[in-house]
Amino acid sequence: MHIVVCIKQVPDSAQIRVHPVTNTIMRQGVPAVVNPYDLFSLEEALRLKDIHGGCVTVITMGPPQAEAALRKCISYGADEAILVTDRAFAGADTLATSFALAAAINQISKNQAVDMVFCGKQTIDGDTAQVGPGIAKRMDMQLLTYVSQVDSVDTTSRTIQVQRRAEGGVQVLTTQLPCLVTMLEGTNEMRFATMDNMFRAARHQLKIWDRVAAGIEDVSKIGLKGSPTVVSKVFAPQAKTQRAEIIESESGEPRDLALTLVSKLFTQHPSASEAVVKQAA
Amino acid sequence: MSEETRVPAKKSGKGKYELSDELKAYKGVWVFIEHEQGGVHPVSWELLGEGRKLADKLEVPLSGVVLGAPSLATRRFCEEAFFHGADHCYLMEDVVLGNYRNQPFTKGLTDLVNAYQPEILLLGATTQGRDLAGSVATTLKTGLTADCTELNIDMENRSLAASRPTFGGSLLCTILTLNFRPQMATVRPRVMAMPNRDTSRTGTIIQHPLGMMEAEIVTKVLEYIPDNQQDKPQLAFADIIVSGGRGMKNPENFQLIWDLALLLGAEVGASRPVVQAGWVELDRQVGQSGKTVRPKLYIAAGISGAVQHRVGMADSDVIIAINNDPNAPIFDFATYGIVGNAMTILPALTQAFKQQLAVAKMAS
Amino acid sequence: MAEKFDVIVVGAGPSGNAAAYTLAKSGLKVLQLERGEYPGSKNVQGAILYSDALERIIPDFRDDAPLERHIIEQRMWMMDDESYMGAHYRSNTFNKPPYNRYTIIRAQFDKWFSQKVQEAGALLICETTVSDLIMDDDRVIGVQTDRMGGSVFADLVILADGVNSVLARKAGFRPELNPGDVALAVKEIHFMPQETIESRFNLSGDAGVVIEMVGKITKGMMGTGFLYTNKESLTIGVGCMLSDFKKQAVSPHQLLEDLKGHPSVKPLLEGGEMKEYAAHLIPEGGYKAIPQIYGNGWLVVGDSGMFVNSVHREGSNLAMTTGRIAAETVIGLAQEGLPFTARNLAAYRTALDNSFVMKDLKKYKNLPGIFHSNPQFFTTYPDLMSQAAQTMLTVNGIDKKSKEREIRRSFTHKRSLFGLMGDAFKMWRAFE
Ligand SMILES: Cc1cc2nc3c(=O)[nH]c(=O)nc-3n(C[C@H](O)[C@H](O)[C@H](O)COP(=O)(O)OP(=O)(O)OC[C@H]3O[C@@H](n4cnc5c(N)ncnc54)[C@H](O)[C@@H]3O)c2cc1C
Ligand SMILES: Cc1cc2nc3c(=O)[nH]c(=O)nc-3n(C[C@H](O)[C@H](O)[C@H](O)COP(=O)(O)OP(=O)(O)OC[C@H]3O[C@@H](n4cnc5c(N)ncnc54)[C@H](O)[C@@H]3O)c2cc1C
Ligand SMILES: Nc1ncnc2c1ncn2[C@@H]1O[C@H](COP(=O)(O)O)[C@@H](O)[C@H]1O
Repeated sequence: MHIVVCIKQVPDSAQIRVHPVTNTIMRQGVPAVVNPYDLFSLEEALRLKDIHGGCVTVITMGPPQAEAALRKCISYGADEAILVTDRAFAGADTLATSFALAAAINQISKNQAVDMVFCGKQTIDGDTAQVGPGIAKRMDMQLLTYVSQVDSVDTTSRTIQVQRRAEGGVQVLTTQLPCLVTMLEGTNEMRFATMDNMFRAARHQLKIWDRVAAGIEDVSKIGLKGSPTVVSKVFAPQAKTQRAEIIESESGEPRDLALTLVSKLFTQHPSASEAVVKQAA
Repeated sequence: MSEETRVPAKKSGKGKYELSDELKAYKGVWVFIEHEQGGVHPVSWELLGEGRKLADKLEVPLSGVVLGAPSLATRRFCEEAFFHGADHCYLMEDVVLGNYRNQPFTKGLTDLVNAYQPEILLLGATTQGRDLAGSVATTLKTGLTADCTELNIDMENRSLAASRPTFGGSLLCTILTLNFRPQMATVRPRVMAMPNRDTSRTGTIIQHPLGMMEAEIVTKVLEYIPDNQQDKPQLAFADIIVSGGRGMKNPENFQLIWDLALLLGAEVGASRPVVQAGWVELDRQVGQSGKTVRPKLYIAAGISGAVQHRVGMADSDVIIAINNDPNAPIFDFATYGIVGNAMTILPALTQAFKQQLAVAKMAS
Repeated sequence: MAEKFDVIVVGAGPSGNAAAYTLAKSGLKVLQLERGEYPGSKNVQGAILYSDALERIIPDFRDDAPLERHIIEQRMWMMDDESYMGAHYRSNTFNKPPYNRYTIIRAQFDKWFSQKVQEAGALLICETTVSDLIMDDDRVIGVQTDRMGGSVFADLVILADGVNSVLARKAGFRPELNPGDVALAVKEIHFMPQETIESRFNLSGDAGVVIEMVGKITKGMMGTGFLYTNKESLTIGVGCMLSDFKKQAVSPHQLLEDLKGHPSVKPLLEGGEMKEYAAHLIPEGGYKAIPQIYGNGWLVVGDSGMFVNSVHREGSNLAMTTGRIAAETVIGLAQEGLPFTARNLAAYRTALDNSFVMKDLKKYKNLPGIFHSNPQFFTTYPDLMSQAAQTMLTVNGIDKKSKEREIRRSFTHKRSLFGLMGDAFKMWRAFE
């Protein structure tokens, strides 16, 4: 099995710290991490490799610093890492990103055919969940999104069975390889890197591909030029600055506080209180 | 539309965009009507409500798009779409569209777009909508703005101005698709208001064939296991959620959360530490790596209101926070706060709701 | 397969980086282990960088190191609740390259330094905590990390793991930390436009100012406050002895909040956006607190050897110097083919004794004790000095001579003549 996992380096929102006294958010020096959703996919790919053998290649399109994210994936057990980086990719939206990644994966498969591609469910910075479906479409692969469990992979008949999260339930699907899978979060837990893999990651020679190495000739389809969407403005959300109304009562007893609160809810919030009456019935 | 015919985009600066004649032919606003197991996802009606406003601004018709197996149900969905504001409905019926699958739905929706050329196509940002939208946009090679929270028309360019959160919700950005059509967007459930249902409304149904055979479809659905059969928590759709955090201290105290939830007919939610400690299952986690919820009432006890929790529930209509720390961040965005010990406040609250409900019952 | 190296350096702060850099440059096979996500991710400093120590390791560091501002002005403020009395020294000689002192931001600086270490050929592994030293009898032969398959071996282990040095304590190389020997410091970085900083502090270009503050701001505890100008931010912090915090019912956060609210400080910070907050220990026991720093197969450098000159606020330079000297000792032994025994490594201690490191620390060896047992330096004196200044500067028709008398009376009233003379004598002895 040859599995390619697409990962992206993102700013670690979890490390945005809050000042203990002023409760303000401190963004300074927030480090970059592997998009947390991608790790569920990487772990699943590593598990399949554990069962079926083969190798896992991680790939990212991003600035040179994204190398750190790839190394991290090597430390978890990925075999190869490719950084696709070129000034021409700057400003890519999801359409242009999926074009570039699909081209690079095609390039990878020239050396060794690709059986599966994994993408994260979504990124925490872009948060679009569109790059995975985009790559699948461009590579003409079957698409399995929001997979909560890979039931089985049969390498001889080249079939895969998965459980896919739908809105009101779970679909059990079977399809042919090659396919593209995005894993649902919380479906597995990333392994802790061994010391040997830490050494391997620190010494690993990454492949660094520019546009040409990634097999892209037509610059009109990548970067800003290949992106149909235009960001016209960025603005702060209307801050919900209004603090909570703190419920107080003369006695301060829980009972009085609770009664005050409930009566406020019922007199001032018809839709919430209707829901209470309806649900409670 | 072939890629070669496209004019390179002018990306910066203000100013008017002159669409090519080819693209000018794209007219009308479409909403994809998502359904599963015989029911339409409410986000589709919410989108029709929003789509109506956009269509009126542009002075074009609003259409629903229904793909499904030939049945009475699909007809009924079209009818419902009219009730919720649609003028037309594009209907594609084929047995292979019985269960949602990416391949036939992508072909179906793409064919419809190419045949009838809408200028705007909206889908819900659900597991189905996001799966489909990405594939369709890539096939059509057009722009897609995902997970929008606000839609508008930039009248000058007659284009869709779709706003969405970015950088973890700390900023919003407005995205335009200037010289590509259709302009696609997915919108999160429960962000747009549900429109009034007007049963006097009618409209026309336009049918179109899929032209695909089961043998051409690689992916097969073996089974569908509905959540209600699995007894899985349904936080995403709950009207009322009672959530507990690490401040509940232990699983025994957490029972107080269940007590209140039971009385209110609410779902139980939790912050991540509670899930990690194993007091409740993963499906109940609210927040960045859990569920995004938007109930009418969210009660949070012993939850500090960390940003990763906040992003999952801040859009609830009314938020009640119980915390013994007056400086807990949750009070910065809750509607009401009670500063006190959750272990004594929660039982009192349960009691107070009981009394209020008894009153309400007598009144009705 | 357990790997073996010539030297393992634990920690990627200034001391570990200095050691690893020097060793790797000489061609030794060096592994550096750091528990943080990246070097500098957890490290805290004011921070003033003293050029000399770094220059001896990387002579052309100025070419690409992330330096904020070079210092051209030093202010010393003695503060009471309402006022400060200060001495400012600014000289244009400080404004001529090569500059002697810079402000830095540690997260960036450590990353840069670490890059140099890796370019020199050392292998760096982050997010890996050394949990134990592996011993063979009384000889250190490697380290145990928190990862699966985590033993790594080496001929020598250099402990550059900072003030807590859990490893040295675990191995029994040094006693538990004495709360009287460490200060707890908190600091914040406030961002504001470069022009604001330059106009507020009367600066231009990359020149900068430091303010050192003592007095009532530490509420009677032994400690100091500081404010440094960076390029687009100000660093403000305050630190006091841990033992004092334990006695006093005031939190470090509160202390810093009060300092920021001081009428002389507040206008300097106005309009800034606070983006970083950190707390850290500083070893301030001085010469007397230095533990055993070498043994069979091991050396201790930087904060974990308590090498900090608290009087002059020097730490990172001692860290880099001890790291460099340790490395040079090791290189010397390696070149002669001598084993890393305690006996041979004693040359490290001798080299330190002959360097400014030990000489400076020795000079102030009694100072910590004096401040410790004489809280009046941080309470009574600032008040008295401020009163004196106020009395002299207020024009109200009272003749100067009477004013002087009044000042003298207030001094002796608050503290006996003997006390005053004693204090002066103690200070003189300590600084001599
Ligand atoms: C990548 C990442 C993803 C994350 N995703 C999520 C997520 O999806 N959802 C999520 O919730 N968290 C998430 N977190 C964790 C998040 O950062 C917080 O740690 C978490 O939300 C805190 O949970 P808490 O409020 O229950 O606990 P705490 O922060 O410990 O707060 C407990 C609160 O209870 C109060 N309290 C204590 N005793 C009482 C009492 N007797 N009565 C009343 N109040 C009391 C305290 O004052 C305090 O405010 C994520 C973190 C990371 C790093
Ligand atoms: C608030 C403050 C202000 C200061 N101001 C100044 C100043 O202006 N000028 C100045 O020169 N000095 C100053 N100092 C002192 C200076 O910061 C220190 O002396 C210096 O950082 C010491 O360097 P070090 O390499 O010995 O230790 P550290 O910088 O503490 O580095 C130790 C490293 O070891 C790592 N580590 C620890 N344990 C392990 C383990 N078990 N396994 C793996 N890795 C481990 C840590 O993560 C860390 O990276 C200040 C200190 C503070 C706290
Ligand atoms: N620049 C990129 N390089 C590699 N993979 C990416 C990149 N951007 C997105 N992806 C993959 O696509 C998934 C969905 O991303 P998004 O559509 O941005 O939410 C991510 O989880 C990654 O697996």
